[in-house]
Amino acid sequence: MSTLTTQGGPAKSGRPSGLSQQSPRYGEKAVYLILRISAWLTVLITAAILVAFAIPSIEFFQQVPVLDFLFGDRWAPRFANSSFGVLPLVTATAWTTVIALSVAVPFGLGAAIFLSEYAHPRLRKVLKPVLEILAGIPTVVYGYFALTFVQTTVFREWLKLPTEAFSVLAAGIVMGVMIIPTIASISEDAMSSVPQAMRQGSAALGANRMQTTLRVVFPAALSGIIAAVVLGISRAVGETMIVAIAAGQQARIVGNPLEQGQTMTGFIANAALGDSRVGSLEYDTLYAVGLLLFILTLIINWISIAFVRRFREVY
Amino acid sequence: MKPFTSIGKIAAQGSVRGRAKGGEYSPKSIAFLLILWASLALAFAFLITLIVTTFIEGSPRLNSMLLTEFPASRPTQAGARPAILGSMMVIAFTALFTLPLGIAAGIHLEAFSDRKKWWNRVIELNVQNLAAVPSIVYGLLTLGALSALGVKDKNIVAAGAMALSLLILPVIIIVTRESIRAVPDEIRQGSLALGATPLQTLFRQILPSSVPGIATGSILALSRALGEAAPLLILGALVFVSFDPNGLLSGYTTLPIQIFNWTGRPQEEFHILAAAASIVLLALLLAMNAIAIVIRNRFQKRW
Repeated sequence: MSTLTTQGGPAKSGRPSGLSQQSPRYGEKAVYLILRISAWLTVLITAAILVAFAIPSIEFFQQVPVLDFLFGDRWAPRFANSSFGVLPLVTATAWTTVIALSVAVPFGLGAAIFLSEYAHPRLRKVLKPVLEILAGIPTVVYGYFALTFVQTTVFREWLKLPTEAFSVLAAGIVMGVMIIPTIASISEDAMSSVPQAMRQGSAALGANRMQTTLRVVFPAALSGIIAAVVLGISRAVGETMIVAIAAGQQARIVGNPLEQGQTMTGFIANAALGDSRVGSLEYDTLYAVGLLLFILTLIINWISIAFVRRFREVY
Repeated sequence: MKPFTSIGKIAAQGSVRGRAKGGEYSPKSIAFLLILWASLALAFAFLITLIVTTFIEGSPRLNSMLLTEFPASRPTQAGARPAILGSMMVIAFTALFTLPLGIAAGIHLEAFSDRKKWWNRVIELNVQNLAAVPSIVYGLLTLGALSALGVKDKNIVAAGAMALSLLILPVIIIVTRESIRAVPDEIRQGSLALGATPLQTLFRQILPSSVPGIATGSILALSRALGEAAPLLILGALVFVSFDPNGLLSGYTTLPIQIFNWTGRPQEEFHILAAAASIVLLALLLAMNAIAIVIRNRFQKRW
């Protein structure tokens, strides 16, 4: 991609000696400066995130050893006999994420393959924007649906499952439904950008459409598909409202998806409802969990970027 | 892009042997297609169920009282007026904060930054990473920044708009870059060759052509911010608000927060209110999406 200027400003050399000096154009210099500062502000935001999280987290880890935090299995920050083992929150996050992905990946990829390889172009032109609009439904609406319909009506009234008011299963399934449009839309983009010549080549060699899809198009689009799935994972890990509403508020190690559990994001949302004083241990706890969440999503994002680089096929 | 329907059909019709063994209509192929159909249908069924149940549940309270009344402890008298106004105000300020900054940063990164310099690659990677940060982290960031500045009352419109601005800033930057990249190189080269300075080229040729793309992407990003509740929850927007928000320093609540509040109440009547408010929120979002699609279809240039 070529930029407008190759030397970072108007060309200064090569002007015939007879011409008068170009005016300095101070206005333009000011505009360049404003644009540059705006771009650097994004770096400042990241720095601010790091500082804002580091200060309370350092205070927190002065009182709670890092290993007790990471590997402790009892999370009771507000009890008199307080304990700060984050494993209950992490297991609940793991449950909801795994459940969400086992819903979203098969359905999302199935829908994407159908839209990209089988659907009539006119059908795709209608369904794709609908899918994108569905991806924009607010998560608080999904949370409401998870609690009142999936958990209360379906699980407890229709199926008579042995479950209480909340469950990680209901939150996970609805979170999966929320992620379907994202995964479907991005992997559809990846598959439709596989060149037509590859499909024609495959068909010319006698492969039918299923074989072409699974053995030619799918592997060729793999980097985009992995990126879509990883984005789904990071959305599931960071999703707050669905789990705050439907997964429950008890922080304990979840052994069975019909139990309730509190995820990392669920804890932050719930703790923020109480009035925690700035500088108190309770306030610092928010940031310690937030930092863990931030680092987790950064690692997931880096894995995604690495995968895309590793598997990208350039045509 | 044209799918290879015709070739597939010819292959399937032309070879009898293919039809029997590995052709388009072998049991395996048909089963595969059925699975694909089923996953698309089920995905849509899930989402349609969500919308339909919300509508059925909320319809009894979908009346003008919902729009004009203030929240109340008695569900029959409660409405979402301050929440609706609060949402609109917060989104307006979010747009005011984030659009100039995001568009300027996007222009710099796409048109003027030299990608051979390592610091420009750092900015790019940073924007990519910021886009993947969970929304609740931006809530914590804003809370921490305001505490550091010594702001006591964090439940103000300015704080909410700041958190949402940070949240959608990376999206605006990415959208701006993509729209600028879509303008063909010949346009820039032609303009530069005619003696325009790079900035004249930017403001008279490139930006006018990429405004529809930027506008579409920005509206979609703002509609995401409109539906967002988590960062505002952290900032303490979950309060009983019985007045209209009237400025940057005013207290407020938003529709998603109001829905969360009503969902958490034990009485069934409040759940009905939550569903009705969800319908209002969905209608607002649909309107914003419709505007974005109209802009995209009507004004976007095809080169």
